[in-house]
Amino acid sequence: MEEWEESGPEVVKRFMYVNRRAPYGTIYALECLEVVLVAAAFDQDVSVVFMDDGVCQLKKNQDTTGIGMKNFSKTYGALDDYDVEKIYVEKEALDARGLTAEDLVIPVEVIAAVDLREIMAQQDVVISS
Amino acid sequence: MKFGILINEGPFTHQASDSAYRFAEAVLARGHEIYRVFFYNDGVYNSNKLSEPQTDDRNLVALWSKLGTENGIDLVVCIAAALRRGIKDEVLEEGFRISGLGQLVEAGIQADRLVVFGD
Repeated sequence: MEEWEESGPEVVKRFMYVNRRAPYGTIYALECLEVVLVAAAFDQDVSVVFMDDGVCQLKKNQDTTGIGMKNFSKTYGALDDYDVEKIYVEKEALDARGLTAEDLVIPVEVIAAVDLREIMAQQDVVISS
Repeated sequence: MKFGILINEGPFTHQASDSAYRFAEAVLARGHEIYRVFFYNDGVYNSNKLSEPQTDDRNLVALWSKLGTENGIDLVVCIAAALRRGIKDEVLEEGFRISGLGQLVEAGIQADRLVVFGD
């Protein structure tokens, strides 16, 4: 048993993972997803945000054959299996890129930046990449 | 206060590791505690003992190692991020250890504040 597992009464903190970057071009999107999938196992209050170019991570019909990189967009579907249900997408970011919730690989809550700000302010831990 | 620190960039290309190091020094100088420093993304390169900057430049790998060993700070390098970048025990500087992403989440749970340094 790990040290954290025996640390007495369950501590539940609000963790938010913020995705701001395009899925390819840098590794941030992929490695952030890896953190979220691990974090989901910790029985914390987990939410995931997609904003700015980060909304492109969820775009349907990605085809990476031309760039020789793994298309990991299907992995976002696992978030539901891991009981990560709070998935927020910034409305302004979708609008700016001509996207709607129907263009995304998973069901999300589309939320205005001003409301997202409030949810962010309520978090204990915000990890942004 | 108990701080956790997350470093997402390697030394030199970005200032993230430098800023985090200065922050860590300031935290300790004020009598606070650092629960853990977690190295993720290219941040894992901060643990590579083969790093050899020019002698008139700061050596971040050595600085972190010294800060960690002298103050008993847990310096954890993410195993998944490390392996894909060739960071293994063979090249790991003293004071660092390689472990899983759970250590980052646990730092977020245990620390009063998790401070992220990145791009």
